[in-house]
Amino acid sequence: MEPIFAILVGALFTVAIYLFLSKHIIRVLMGAAILGNAVNLLIFTAGRVTREVPPIIGGDTDTLSNAAANPLPQALILTAIVISFSFFAFLLVLGYRAFQELHTDNSDEMRVAEPMVEQSPPAGY
Amino acid sequence: MAGKTEPLADLSVAYTMEKVAAADWLVAAPVIWCILVGSLLLMLRKHTRIQPLIAIPALGILALMTLGLLGHVIQNGTVTMTMGRWLPPFGISFTVDLLGAFFAATSALVALGAGIYGRSDVDDTGRRYGFYPFLLLIMAGILGAFMTGDIFNLYVWFEVLLISSFGLLVLGSERKQLDGAVKYAFLNLIATTLFLVATGYLYGLFGTLNMADIAVKASELRGTAPLMTLVTLYLLAFAMKAAAFPVNFWLPASYHTPRLVVSALFAGLLTKVGIYALLRILGMLFPFEREELSFLIAITAALTMVLGVIGALAQNDIRRSLGFLVISGIGVMMAGLALGSPAGLSGAIFYAAHSMVVMTALYFAAGIGARLGGSFELTSAGGLYARNAFLAAMTLILFLSVAGLPPFSGLWPKIMLVKASLDIGAWWLAASILVTGFLTTITVGRIWVLAYWRPAPGGDDADTLPISLPAGATVALAGLVAITIAAGVWPEPVMALAQDAARGLIDPSAYVLSVFPVEASQ
Repeated sequence: MEPIFAILVGALFTVAIYLFLSKHIIRVLMGAAILGNAVNLLIFTAGRVTREVPPIIGGDTDTLSNAAANPLPQALILTAIVISFSFFAFLLVLGYRAFQELHTDNSDEMRVAEPMVEQSPPAGY
Repeated sequence: MAGKTEPLADLSVAYTMEKVAAADWLVAAPVIWCILVGSLLLMLRKHTRIQPLIAIPALGILALMTLGLLGHVIQNGTVTMTMGRWLPPFGISFTVDLLGAFFAATSALVALGAGIYGRSDVDDTGRRYGFYPFLLLIMAGILGAFMTGDIFNLYVWFEVLLISSFGLLVLGSERKQLDGAVKYAFLNLIATTLFLVATGYLYGLFGTLNMADIAVKASELRGTAPLMTLVTLYLLAFAMKAAAFPVNFWLPASYHTPRLVVSALFAGLLTKVGIYALLRILGMLFPFEREELSFLIAITAALTMVLGVIGALAQNDIRRSLGFLVISGIGVMMAGLALGSPAGLSGAIFYAAHSMVVMTALYFAAGIGARLGGSFELTSAGGLYARNAFLAAMTLILFLSVAGLPPFSGLWPKIMLVKASLDIGAWWLAASILVTGFLTTITVGRIWVLAYWRPAPGGDDADTLPISLPAGATVALAGLVAITIAAGVWPEPVMALAQDAARGLIDPSAYVLSVFPVEASQ
């Protein structure tokens, strides 16, 4: 199971990075959504993917058996999912507001904060 | 186990049984306080007059708490508090050593200054959009990051401060702000995601997230585990947060767009959290991997400081110029990390604290100057000295301090770093620190000559009459200026503090002992 997930994680990262390279904010947004999921799946897979063995440490051992899935990464990604969801919600609104105000979703044309031609500082007193 | 459940034989195997000492509550109190007051202010969002009346005293209490914590840590050494009474490494620990307490106290003082300055800088609209709640919540994130002893928890605090910083950045939603925020938000999202990836791998390798536990296990796993990859990933993630050279472009794109007090707070605190994380994770947890990477870090540091200040030299807008100076300062701190010696790390720690205070104060001074009828544009600013000599004097002190000239606080960490570089023969690193100092002097000297010394370009007499300063903003500025003078004239306590903090990073046994008192004594 893990190798398939590993390939899937790699594919998701590739897609996310490809989308991030775009100039259009909407694609970058999709990239952000996919990147968040790629990372969550990565951590999920790192904690072993099995469902037959319950994650219970027996009385005579003090570590989890190697056949059981580690529950801690699953708890970690619950946190990470909430965070990446709220981030995505914020970015979505931010991207939309930026489109409304700047009339473009091309990051090359977003030059309000850093104008194309900037005044140079005075050269003399 | 039919019928009656047997009680667990010995609860102390899994739990700490003794009560937390009253003074140790100081470890968690600042973060809890910030979140409580922040949520209270969120409820009072519409009452724009009451907000500063609650927020400023609350920030004052926060500063007292963190100073108390610093005193506690100086006296008793590293303090640990593990949540939910679980024994570490199972519970999430808050572990405050000298480094964390020092940075926390400095940042709380800076936040108090920002709270006072914000009273006159943020209008009713800004307050209704939640300036004060966000200020308190971003402090919760920053202090949590300085105090936590758990890597995943560090990630969570990074996100807390990041989401609050988004709120502060777009306060008012002007076109410029939205443009800057788009770049800031996406690039910072990528940085924290890299941090999360690295943390996932770290848990896979170590099976623990507790920093003290990792510090112990790192030496055992060295050689078998792909630690270099992991540490390089952390370096990239935190360098991006700290705005080091090849990954710094979000900073000059956004830091001049929000309200001035927000820029000041970000310039003072946010990048330093990245530096703190670099010091903690590369400096303390993975010193051998840091040693391997030190040449790369040194080159990054030299490029960051020199290119940063060249960027500052080319700007017409004072705020943008200051933004580039923030980047340049990050380079100086990373030089200390690259050296890794006690002298280098303590120089970086001292410089970071100096930079928190001075960068914030510089933005305050620029803001007051612009309010006095000057301007942020160097081409049209002028005549500020004639209007108020006191402001001109305070600004000159800050300019000398940021350039690293005596007798102010910028001088000492630079001396420590230059000496530490020369000690190991890295003359080019020492040279780049000195060249950066020289170029910074030219940059800020030109700002002072143009905006303060020369007569107002309009030549209108009404523009040159002396006027008094806005009271609240001046108190905030003067307080921070007093800190940089005090730390410059009387540097020994700060230097000793930075050196002790650096020793704590290089030999984390006190840190580990504080988290695992039983194991270490066996």
